[in-house]
Order: sequence, then C-alpha cells, then structure tokens
Amino acid sequence: MTSQFILFSLLKVLCVFSVLMFIVGNAVWVERKVSAFIQDRRGPNRVGPFGLFQLIADAIKGFLKEDFTPGHVRKAYYWLAPAIVMVPSLLTVAIIPFGSLLGSQKMVIADLNVGILYTFGIVSLAVYGIVLAGYAARSKYPFLGSIRSSAQMISYEIAMGMSVVPLFLIACDPKGIRDLGNGWREAWQTFLAGTSSLNLSRLVAWQADHCWLIIYAPLSFGIFLAAMFAETNRLPFDLPESEQELAGGYNVEYSSMKFMLFFMGEYASMTVSAALLTTLFLGGWTLPIPGLDRPASTIPLGLLQIAVFLAKMLIVEFIIIWVRWMWPRFRYDQLMALGWRRFIPLALANILITAVALWIKPGH
Amino acid sequence: MENFFFYFFAALTLIFAFLVIANPFSNNPVTSAMFLVLTIASLAGLFVLLHAYFLAAVQVLVYAGAVMVLFLFVIMLLDLKAEEERHIRAFGLGAGLISVGAIVSIFLISLLKAPLLSNPAPIVHGDTLALGKLLFNQYSLPFEIVSVLLLVAMIGVVLLSKKELK
Repeated sequence: MTSQFILFSLLKVLCVFSVLMFIVGNAVWVERKVSAFIQDRRGPNRVGPFGLFQLIADAIKGFLKEDFTPGHVRKAYYWLAPAIVMVPSLLTVAIIPFGSLLGSQKMVIADLNVGILYTFGIVSLAVYGIVLAGYAARSKYPFLGSIRSSAQMISYEIAMGMSVVPLFLIACDPKGIRDLGNGWREAWQTFLAGTSSLNLSRLVAWQADHCWLIIYAPLSFGIFLAAMFAETNRLPFDLPESEQELAGGYNVEYSSMKFMLFFMGEYASMTVSAALLTTLFLGGWTLPIPGLDRPASTIPLGLLQIAVFLAKMLIVEFIIIWVRWMWPRFRYDQLMALGWRRFIPLALANILITAVALWIKPGH
Repeated sequence: MENFFFYFFAALTLIFAFLVIANPFSNNPVTSAMFLVLTIASLAGLFVLLHAYFLAAVQVLVYAGAVMVLFLFVIMLLDLKAEEERHIRAFGLGAGLISVGAIVSIFLISLLKAPLLSNPAPIVHGDTLALGKLLFNQYSLPFEIVSVLLLVAMIGVVLLSKKELK
C-alpha cells in the first residue's frame, strides 16, 4: 500500500512537473506571437515552423551565456533568490485536481483537506524570492522593485483570500448542498469520501452538481482575477519590474540561467494561477455534459477530463497574456488605492452579502 | 515513521531557532529573519504531525507569509550598519536571562503539574469545520474580545502613523 502510494505519487509529480514546464516554455512562445499579432509584427519565425522551436533556442542561449555574478552582491541570497521564485508555484500545483480518476488513482497529487488554505499559505511565500533578489543585488533599482513587489503582493493577497470566502460559503451551505452520504449523486460518494469543506475536489464536485461558481459569485471572480494579475506581477500590475522607472526591477543584476529562472517563475505562477482559477470558478475538470460531469469510470473518459481541464486552463492563460498587451500599467499609488480602498471593502461586502443571502434563503 | 518525522522537525525547529538569535556565520538581521521563517515552517510541520492541518496552514499563511515579510520590509528600510555592529551589553544579557528564566520556570511548573495522559498522542481534530464551530459557539466571547483587541491595535497604528491630526 505505502510503496504503491509513493510510486503513484512520484509518477504524478513527474507528469505534472513535465506538463507544467512544457506549458511554461510554450507560453513564452505564445506570448511573443500574441504580442506580435497585436502590434502588427511577425514575432518569432526563424527557428522551426512558425518559430515553434524558439523555446529550445532560448533555453540553449540561457545556459550558454556567461553566468556573471557582480562583485557587489550578497552571494548567498543572490544564488538563493531565483530558486525561491520557482518553488511556490511548483508547490501550489500539488493540490490542484487536474482530473478525476485514472483507474483507481485520483488525479491530484495531494488531496488536502485544508486545500485552499494551503494554496494561500504557499502563495504568500512567493514574495520572498523577489524580496531577496532585490536585497541581494545591493543596488537601488532592484531594491525599489522588490520593496514595491512585497507591498503589492501582500496587499492583493488579502483581497484574493477574501474573494474566495463566498465560494466556500456557497459550496458548503448545508441548505444548498445535497450533503455527502445523503444525496450527493452516487458517483461522487466514493470519490469525495474523507474530504472536508475546504477541499478543492469537493468544490469541483459542487460545481458539477449545480453550476460554475463564476455564475454564483461573479464579484468574487472579478476580484480574484484582478488580484491574480497583481500576484503574478503581470501587467497591468507589473510595477516591480516596470522598465521605464526601474530599468527592469528586481532582476537587474541577474544574467544567464538565473535570469531565466525568474522568467520561468513568472510563467509558472501564471500557469498555476490559471489552474487555480479554473478549479475555483470554472468547474475544474468537469463539463456540464453527461459523462463528463462525474468521476470517470473508464480510462479514456479520465483522459478526456484531464484534457478538459488543460483546455480551460490554457484559455485562462491566453487571456492573461492577451490582457498584458492591451492594457497600460497602473501608477503605483493607483495600484495601492485600488487594492486597499476598492477591492478589500468590496470583498468584505461580498462575504457579508453572500452570508446574509444564504442565511435568509429557505432551506430544502 | 511518525516518530522519525517528529524528531526531524523538532531538530530543525531548534536548529533554525538557534540560528535566528546566535548565528555564528552572520550578524545580518535579514539572515536572522529568514531563519525565523524556516523555524515557522518547521513548526508547521510539527502541527501537521499532530493532525492540526488548519493550524499548520494558517501558521505558514499568517506568520511566514505576512508577518515575516513585513519584518523583512522594516529591517531592509532601517539602517542595518548600526545593527550589525551592535554588541551584547551586560544589561541586555541580564534582562534576557531573567525573562527567559521566568518563562522556562512557568513551562516547567505547568509541565510538572499536568496529569500524564494515558494515550500519549491524542489525535487533535484539526478540521476547519470543527474549529469554526468551537470558535463561534463555545469560545465566541474570547474570540470576539481578541478581534476587538486587534482592531484597537490597528486603529492605534493608523493614529500613530498619521503625521498630523485633523
């Protein structure tokens, strides 16, 4: 039992990791192509058909460039920071249910009952990589960038965390839910055995049974989406690395593979946020089609559900990329005002309204 | 297996905690803060071993993710040179020893007075639902008082950080 568990977990980790890295690499290509299309350029078109092998060329370039360490940096942190940037996104992906069942294996690496809390715990650690990078550089622009980013990420984490509270209020409401054991459709009962209220698989099950949570909690979706852009340091909130003001921000002093790691870290966190958004608001691996709205009974169906999840995730990721090339950057004080004066009160009101609505709603 | 993990995380916690206050390799406050983050993370590991998953997650979320980042923030914005060159003074040492001694004696007394449990490893039900029910029913008054306390502290900070009062 135990050795089998370890074997299957390792297998899942390996698969998820390689798929994630593949998406990260190709997201860069998509980003360049989309930006080229929007700006009426051609984009990468030299390496392979449609420039598809650009990823390989970039990787080789990253490895072969001189890995220069400036003399004035703090060595230990300088080496540590790029690694820390990558880790949180890789840890978060562990609890995202990317499919239902293949054989008897649940398609999630760690089906934690504290689910969403674990996610936010790990996401909140993401700021260290950037802060340490700025600190290690011992020069002004990176330092300003890292200070900005820590303030920004902490601020938007609060809004993000509060925006998902209504989801769990709705999905765990004993009046609305056909509770586990008495009323969850039979297919779900064994699948959800042993899970509790904050589990992400359960949220997916609820959405398959009712409707996607984006319909029930559109305000939450809006706040989460905006906070997601801020958390991943993407435009319109990419102030930690705004070129005009900070010459590149926290990664100014980095070169070669260490710089690539920052780059990959950004795309990895983007991919993972897209996966999280899909799970929380867009029904995860389910589609409201008979057969796809319950745990798979056959292997092809299981694979199809994984494909559904990946498709949804990639659409969200495409939108993230798209937004970057359509929006100007916020000014820093606007960013802070938006986070603290708009999103946080709005998220609080959202929680209150949802709770009251669920309270006065007649029970079954 | 669980025993091994307990000793592993306990050892890590102690080593990291030691490195927070007396790091032989560096006087840098940022390094101390980073070791405090690691201490908190290994404490979260101990909570997981006690089946208190909620506490573990919140420990990482609140302390490692939010409080320590603000600590780092403050340390980086302060002048570090003065701090790095500071030496231990007799008064600080004496005051520290007295307070540590007091805390240790409180711990020892309560440990010795506590009845031995027949079952040495009770499973704590760290389920979020159970915890929420306890907080909002049985312990709702202390919970609210703590909330008010935090609110007071928050308003105090806002008041202090305002340059001029209108």
